[in-house]
Amino acid sequence: MASITKTAQAGTLESSDVMITVAPGNQGSGIVIELESIVLAQYGEDIKIILEKTMKEQGVTDIYIKAVDRGALDCTICARTLAALSRAGAVLKEAII
Amino acid sequence: MKNAIGREIPEAISGIAAIKPFSGAFAIVPEMTRQAPKVKTIKPADRKLVDSLVEVFKKIPVTDGMTLSFHHHFRNGDGVVNMVLATAAQLGLKNLTVALSSVFPVHAPIIEHVKNGVVTGLDTNYMSGPVAQAVSKGLFSKPVVLRTHGGRGRAIECGQLKIDVAFIAAPAADEYGNLNGVEGPAACGSLGYAFPDAQYADYVVAVTDYLGEYPLSPISISQTRVDYVVKVECVGDPKGIVSGTTRITKDPVGLKIAETAAKVIQATGLIKNGFAFQTGAGGASLATAAFVRKMMEKDSVVGSFALGGITGYMVDMLESGLFKKLIDVQGFDLEAIRSLATNPNHLEVGADFYASPFNAGCAVNQLDVVILGATEMDTDFNVNVVTGSDGVIMGGSGGHADAAAGAKVTIIVANLLRGRLPIIVDKVLTATTPGETIDVLVTERGVAVNPLRADLKEKFLAAGLPVKDIQELKQLAEKIAGAPKAVKTGEKIVAVVEYRDGTIIDVVRQVEG
Amino acid sequence: MDLRRSMLFIPGNNPGMLQNGGVFGADSVILDLEDAVAPMEKDAARFLVAQALRTVDYGSSETVVRINPLDTFAAVDIKAIVPCCPDAILVPKVESAADIHQVAAMIAAAEKPDQTPVKIIALLETPCGIVEAYQIAKADPRVVALALGAEDYTAGLGAMRTKEGTEIFTARTIVINAAAAANVQSIDTPYTDANDEEGLLADTQLAKRLGFKGKLSINPRQIDVIHTVFNPSLNDIDWAQQVIHAIRKAEAEGSGVASLNGKMVDLPIVNRAERILHLAELLGLMGGEK
Repeated sequence: MASITKTAQAGTLESSDVMITVAPGNQGSGIVIELESIVLAQYGEDIKIILEKTMKEQGVTDIYIKAVDRGALDCTICARTLAALSRAGAVLKEAII
Repeated sequence: MKNAIGREIPEAISGIAAIKPFSGAFAIVPEMTRQAPKVKTIKPADRKLVDSLVEVFKKIPVTDGMTLSFHHHFRNGDGVVNMVLATAAQLGLKNLTVALSSVFPVHAPIIEHVKNGVVTGLDTNYMSGPVAQAVSKGLFSKPVVLRTHGGRGRAIECGQLKIDVAFIAAPAADEYGNLNGVEGPAACGSLGYAFPDAQYADYVVAVTDYLGEYPLSPISISQTRVDYVVKVECVGDPKGIVSGTTRITKDPVGLKIAETAAKVIQATGLIKNGFAFQTGAGGASLATAAFVRKMMEKDSVVGSFALGGITGYMVDMLESGLFKKLIDVQGFDLEAIRSLATNPNHLEVGADFYASPFNAGCAVNQLDVVILGATEMDTDFNVNVVTGSDGVIMGGSGGHADAAAGAKVTIIVANLLRGRLPIIVDKVLTATTPGETIDVLVTERGVAVNPLRADLKEKFLAAGLPVKDIQELKQLAEKIAGAPKAVKTGEKIVAVVEYRDGTIIDVVRQVEG
Repeated sequence: MDLRRSMLFIPGNNPGMLQNGGVFGADSVILDLEDAVAPMEKDAARFLVAQALRTVDYGSSETVVRINPLDTFAAVDIKAIVPCCPDAILVPKVESAADIHQVAAMIAAAEKPDQTPVKIIALLETPCGIVEAYQIAKADPRVVALALGAEDYTAGLGAMRTKEGTEIFTARTIVINAAAAANVQSIDTPYTDANDEEGLLADTQLAKRLGFKGKLSINPRQIDVIHTVFNPSLNDIDWAQQVIHAIRKAEAEGSGVASLNGKMVDLPIVNRAERILHLAELLGLMGGEK
């Protein structure tokens, strides 16, 4: 199980990008997602799914994630999330990198 | 009932006169006579100059329930609408309808006037900013009427938009009511959108901060139609009225689209002497003009005219001999103003001349090619330029539906994906311009041709252009971005979208919040 | 024959450009982890480029990743990027065959068992790199091209970089010759003024005349001009067809010697004609086809 030790951020607020902030959650808090998006109506659910999936693949269970989305594709959301996790001290699984 | 493009239109909408559903771009044949405004007389010694708006309101007099009209050439620098409505509020007037050709962020005070009952109706061709957002959230109890630029001219001419008092923001006026847009601190260029208002309103009031000597020259709107002239401190903020130089986009995807659009135009075979062209001032549209220009220069083509909103770029093409004339209903920058003031081949025309469908001929009918934008397009080529991705109103037809109807070839330039959002959907949230008047969609990932234009498709294939079926393009976008969920809207109708002929092409429903 | 008329740099930390990199029709896209990415963002760009390689469709464009130099992040770049199956790695500041050996070993270690071998393109951008050009080109079978990076090279010379490019003439010809000797492609330095289309045209024409097979590009707007120059002209195609016709005719007549317009058609001429026709066919420039 991967865990993170500090708050970290990755991404930008440019068009097609997403700014991901991750912070350690209390044990048992689960994955808490706060999402802002210019395409919330169309893709809000999809974005939450990709965030959760990325966490689960990395074995992260208790975390707070804030995503400020400017229309990023799934691959970008995934990449920014991994970068934020890695910066927060998570040891990532090879297969995803 | 469903209209000709399958949009569900209620049989009756409270606050809107008899609903006629859209039945085809050229299906309606008018049977009526024109609206006739009041006949006036004025004695030799009478004066038109009055000291204040309050005085004008009292002289006319402006009463509850009247329709006050305004033009939008001052764009986001306009001071006149707010000034006039503040006067109405001050005098305790109620239940007014504002017929403003376009609403900008600067017009936010309208919201308070609606809440206070001063204003209860809005009639416009385009709106953005706080008013548009408030309208989407249900600000008005009766729906806003969204028209096209040509349709507004038609509605005024035909008496469907009956104007009691037209307030004309005039950059320059003389004391006897001759007006132009090329002088004074608030110079904006063409006053074309105010022409029908001036012709058909019962009363016409010029509001200016620059009085020239009688007779003013040039004259755009003449003394024969202007009842009062009010001199105020300042009619508007030049910074919001004109832009400096209009720059061509540097966005590589926008340029790719523009270059492809230019190749599309070339493939139509229409770039030859006499070429007539309209393009917008934004993003890929203006960039397309730049690529078309190169082609014209290379083949020594001299075009007939460029039409629509005029930018310095078009002025440069006129002055370089690439077009013989500019037909100008609205100028965007200082160059456009300078040219209109000095060049006899730069013509100032009204909204009716530009685009009204019910007269003996409008300029869009003479267009070879028009380049237009879109926020959404459906697989039947219907275009939305009214509501944004969140369902909130963020624009309007303006001249979109007019030019699309008139031009031989109508080209939509748009990113297949704007951020994450695909441009092509099964059904646009709001139909503004019917698919039968749209011929080609140009995106960064391919060109789709309306099946009605098999002739064009053949030409584009022969030219080696990346022609794709619209369904194929849609799938391509969804493969990249995923399929978007439809925006949820409420039940309440907050606006009706009128086609240029007066039929209803769609309605806009409330968004939550 | 791999087509690399144009190789377009795409900044590796820009999601908008990464997702649209395929729309410009470049023969290769170079997803850049080096100069286009700020030092603090190297990690984020690596994740982004890795994801882009896995998910973005770059159409017919070859995917190339420019990694960071060997003395900085090359090892971690290769480890992250190679399993995502790029077609090639562009290695900056290559100065010796040993550099290539080192990169090739790292690539081999990072490749998945069933993966198509990742190619190497060596970017020569120092005086040492130019001196070693031939050794670099034949250092490993993965090497498919040498590319010239003139900005750093000129700085290394202590010369001023000019639009005419007199200062890089020697480097250009050395790279072209070394590449030809090693039977790999040579790719010219980018033309850095994206607003100067005429300058780009002249520079690209010069590159083609000297023998380059393609050109690096820093702006999508440059692609069309570059392709126009490197595409065989109608005259070229016409000439090549006549050469092939002459050869066939000679063969049919049992004559060992063919001639065209009074000149003998020998093997190098036939090779050149075949290359032109192959390119023309690849690009759909042959008559009767679109």
